[in-house]
Amino acid sequence: MLYREAGQFKTSYGSDQAIFPIRQDQIGIALLLLVAVLGVPALAGEYWLETIFVPFLVFSLAAIGLNLLTGYCGQLSLGTGGFMACGAFFAYKLTTAFPELHVLVVFLLAGVGSAAVGVFFGIPSLRIKGFYLAVATLAAQFFLVWMFNKFDWWTNYSPSGVISAPPREVLPGIFLTGTEATPITKYLFLLGLVAVLALVAKNLTRGAIGRSWMAIRDMDIAAEIIGIRPLWAKLSAFAISSFFIGIAGALWAFVYTGSVEALAFQIDRSFQVLFMVIIGGLGSILGSFLGAAFIVLLPILLNNVPAAIGLQMSVEMVSHLEFMIFGALIIFFLIVEPHGLARLWQIGKEKLRLWPFPY
Amino acid sequence: MQLRKLAFAAVGALVIGGTAATPPASAAEQFVPLLVYRTGPYAPNGIPLADGFNDFMQLVNERDGGVNGVKLAWEECETQYNNDRGVECYERLKAQGATGSSVVNPYSTGITYALIERATADKVPVLSMGYGRADASDGRVFPYVFTLPITYWAGADVMVQYANEKEGGSLKGKKIALVYHDSAYGKEPIATLERLAEEEGFQFQAFPVAHPGLEQKATWLQIGRQLRPDWVFMWGWGVMNSTAIKEAAAVGYPMDRFVGIWWSGAEADVVPAGDAAKGYKSLNITGVGTNAPIFEDIKKLHADGKGLADPKNIGTVLYNRALVNSFYFTEALRTAQGKFGEKPMSGEQIQWGFENLDITQDKIDSAGMTGLLSPVKLSCADHEGGGSAVVQQWDGAKWAAITDFISPRRAALRPAYEASAAQYAKEKGITPRDCS
Repeated sequence: MLYREAGQFKTSYGSDQAIFPIRQDQIGIALLLLVAVLGVPALAGEYWLETIFVPFLVFSLAAIGLNLLTGYCGQLSLGTGGFMACGAFFAYKLTTAFPELHVLVVFLLAGVGSAAVGVFFGIPSLRIKGFYLAVATLAAQFFLVWMFNKFDWWTNYSPSGVISAPPREVLPGIFLTGTEATPITKYLFLLGLVAVLALVAKNLTRGAIGRSWMAIRDMDIAAEIIGIRPLWAKLSAFAISSFFIGIAGALWAFVYTGSVEALAFQIDRSFQVLFMVIIGGLGSILGSFLGAAFIVLLPILLNNVPAAIGLQMSVEMVSHLEFMIFGALIIFFLIVEPHGLARLWQIGKEKLRLWPFPY
Repeated sequence: MQLRKLAFAAVGALVIGGTAATPPASAAEQFVPLLVYRTGPYAPNGIPLADGFNDFMQLVNERDGGVNGVKLAWEECETQYNNDRGVECYERLKAQGATGSSVVNPYSTGITYALIERATADKVPVLSMGYGRADASDGRVFPYVFTLPITYWAGADVMVQYANEKEGGSLKGKKIALVYHDSAYGKEPIATLERLAEEEGFQFQAFPVAHPGLEQKATWLQIGRQLRPDWVFMWGWGVMNSTAIKEAAAVGYPMDRFVGIWWSGAEADVVPAGDAAKGYKSLNITGVGTNAPIFEDIKKLHADGKGLADPKNIGTVLYNRALVNSFYFTEALRTAQGKFGEKPMSGEQIQWGFENLDITQDKIDSAGMTGLLSPVKLSCADHEGGGSAVVQQWDGAKWAAITDFISPRRAALRPAYEASAAQYAKEKGITPRDCS
């Protein structure tokens, strides 16, 4: 009843093509952002900010990046961990070489660097497809991690190969990294950056470039015949996807953990992000957020539940239960809705529009 | 329909309950968070470690009524040896208890790295006993990190000293190979060994092994057939250790010239290699076996049904290491209480306790821990405390110490710590404390 668009008339092309054409959605997203900006920092404690929201936002960004490539352009990639490592190490080298550079600029430049690497490793996609391309991107994954681990130059000759984010200010006197950084600064910075980048991603997918990606995804020969250049479409998908993933990697190293070694970006990380995209929904920006929430937050929630409801259980029991329930839930959601959580959300919205008189 | 509603309500209640419930905190207890890994790939190492912590703290509570009347309270959190989960566990537990977390023992080099900044900001001491950053021994740059009793760099020095002694006092012209886990942890000794190679005139070559270390055939063919070193040192972890021992045996490398670091020398590292492991050596930072008098008390604790460990872990290498680790903590707590009063201490006060920690042989004897550890004495600048390590050998059934505690030559190590810490301080913009 509440969710009905009767009486909302679209009188211009602009309003017809809005990201959220229905007023209830606009109000909803505005409320969500308001809660995220004002409510969460006020209500959530340090634990929630540092270990729940920060990694969730970082992974959402990585998932958006992979979703652009795999979900929208149909190019299966297993190199996400490697591209995240690129972002992290590029940002580290940049900020240690040019300490006066603003941290946001450093992140964006690290993203640009990762995009260049992504384009390079995307070249095989012009000839090979599907699983074969996945194997080619796997080479990127192993090569990049090996390179950052092998050559000391990347870590400024640290004896252990670990990079550690130097303290950097986001505004004068307000530190984003280092010991003086507060969880609220980290959270708000990430929230702003991820929101802006998500908006960019959403608009890219709605524009000409996104449509050319989707045309390539759906049938590349047909796309070529109607005049889309596969070279341009595929490489731009690799570049933009790696840009997002690179920034996510830099944020992971700088804002979340603070110090990181190349091994943190191993193949597991690539799979983790790929699963987020698959469970969240291929070809959906919202799905990237839902998938990241599912993969990052649910295990932590499951791990906390027994203690929170007062069950006395040994930690290994809790841990085993967490694995079992998490695995079962993945299968459950994939059976109920193979197109991901984003599709479930869409179905829910459609049901809501008809409620309470479904036909 | 009814059923579905009920299920939703139950899930909802669970979620709401999950966010609202906070565990009760007792005012007179000292809270210790335990980051453990009882599951995951390193569980065979994590379980005896966690058991040792549980038993020691239970013993202190049951036998002595706590430390100066302050009982210890603790909670385990499962990290699965995963850095992200380690950070999550640290954040989950840090505000519990009357005074918050009083110390954190990450038992993972990766988690230690991730916690150094957070813990320093939160004023929680990090006790990385024989792991983590070696240069954190410089307390002027790392006020909240403690590396007692010994670091990896010092461990490399002890290994070279041992090899030197076995070779009759000179390593000139000898060949030493290092097999290491290709990670932050495994790279730690390389700089020290390179320096010693130059000083003592031996030839040094390092062989990285990719994580997790199941594939070492090529490495060992190169070592056993081509290089044929006089000594092989190993910085391995988990399944890499037993694989290396098996591969070394396959190329016929003599086991008594193969020395692992203290993380390559637990029961879980040698038992899977079977007979091949007989004669294999490793360093250890604690004594082995159950000869120390404290084991009588532990046996009594278990006889009374109050023991928390799996009895078969008692006296294993890592169980003993956890006993010594907890002992360091209770002694630091006692030291802090001597200054600030007999009540639960905050992390800041325990940091003072660690910096003024002086564990003499008398204290070790009166705690019933004779032979389990060597004396240590810390200061504001020195967070390593002058500890030492023994060499132990596996006889096919148990570990036995074959040397006394060997002290590393810290005169040469200390400038290396300070140089590395100074570089860290410069990068991080930290002004070192004045310790004079």
